[in-house]
Amino acid sequence: MARLGETPSQTVGPFFSIGLSGEGENVLVSDGVAGDRIRLVGRVLDGDGRPVGDALIELWQANSLGRYRHPDDARGELPLDPAFTGFGRAATGFETGEYWFETIKPGPVPDPEGELQAPHLNLIVQARGTLNPLFTRVYFPDEEEANQSDLVLAMVPKDRRETLVAVPEGGEPAVYRFDIHLQGEGQTVFLDI
Amino acid sequence: MTEPMVRHYGPKAHTDHPPFNYPDYRSTVLRFPNKDMVSIVQTLSETTGPGPAWTEIAEEDADLTTNAGTGGTALGQRIIVTGRVLDENGEPVANTLIEIWQANASGRYAHWRDEDHPAPLDPNFLGAGQCITDGEGVYRFTTIVPGPYPWPNHRNAWRPSHIHFSIMGPALGTRLVTQMYFEGDPLLPLDPIYNSAPPHSRERMVASYDHDVTEENWATGYRWDIVIRGPLAAPTDQEDG
Ligand SMILES: [Fe+3]
Repeated sequence: MARLGETPSQTVGPFFSIGLSGEGENVLVSDGVAGDRIRLVGRVLDGDGRPVGDALIELWQANSLGRYRHPDDARGELPLDPAFTGFGRAATGFETGEYWFETIKPGPVPDPEGELQAPHLNLIVQARGTLNPLFTRVYFPDEEEANQSDLVLAMVPKDRRETLVAVPEGGEPAVYRFDIHLQGEGQTVFLDI
Repeated sequence: MTEPMVRHYGPKAHTDHPPFNYPDYRSTVLRFPNKDMVSIVQTLSETTGPGPAWTEIAEEDADLTTNAGTGGTALGQRIIVTGRVLDENGEPVANTLIEIWQANASGRYAHWRDEDHPAPLDPNFLGAGQCITDGEGVYRFTTIVPGPYPWPNHRNAWRPSHIHFSIMGPALGTRLVTQMYFEGDPLLPLDPIYNSAPPHSRERMVASYDHDVTEENWATGYRWDIVIRGPLAAPTDQEDG
């Protein structure tokens, strides 16, 4: 059978918050969640370094054991956590371009070669003015050794890898900053998945 | 530890989609990535995604003419919008969440930032709805025809009537946000967002009037199918080369 053509992507526009809300907001955890709680914060910035006040960030991640809440992750030996959704959404602040999530640090997930990937968060970034979704990953600065051997990070040109590593800001629970530069010198690496 | 058997997805058909840089749509100019995307292998992080687990909705959310919960009915031309979500292999995408949002019949969004267009709000219209596709990939909404609205992109710029659609699909990379347009709208050839999609694919965003969907003494009907990325092949238990 001939493949069907894909329906083209369009911008989310400035008013997406009317339709994209509900479950999956920016707190992915509830009481009793397993794992280390973290707060992910950051700004979305345009090519002039100005805040993007109408961006939508979606976060997809494994739980503390490295298991995804998905039928194709059938590793039953790693139980799902009822106190953890694995999916969140945040809109950036209109004036500040800031977003934040309350979540946990994910466990390691295997790569296709059977090795473990470094712990990472998967982000989908869309905004007024973006015509297609942008995919990126957030790695952790305190996982230097795992990051060194990560199969996906190894595919990223060396001089751009640091755009995928969050910056620690201390705090309890630990705060990690991940600014997303859509364009320009320090542009965040976006992944063709 | 080995990776469990998973579906892998074909590459995104980039040529079916708009470019990131489309200067006629001015907001792209400072927001398009100008460095190369990095192609990566698909791992469990990419072959899974939020879609399958995230299907909690209320039945009434698919009727935007009444889901404001005021007891009143939205003003405007009532329509039924239905169709199927298919993957590029032609297989139905069952049980996937569709979220939509739109302007009211006057061309105004119920959003605090939509304040420049002097068109009335409708207290009985939120402009948002959700539904889940059935086993055949069919979705169905009842709503009203959204009005066109002005925007500051260029002189005398008006968006054609459109409904924003968000589809999660089965995996991270099947995520699709698009817009549904209406057959015969004279604003389509003038709209840079619609025209950002290549000529061969942009008509895939246009819904057609369908008299079989139309309900007597109730609502006119539109049909619109959506195609998202699909798996390369069904997973099998055996390695067969
Ligand atoms: Fe719109």
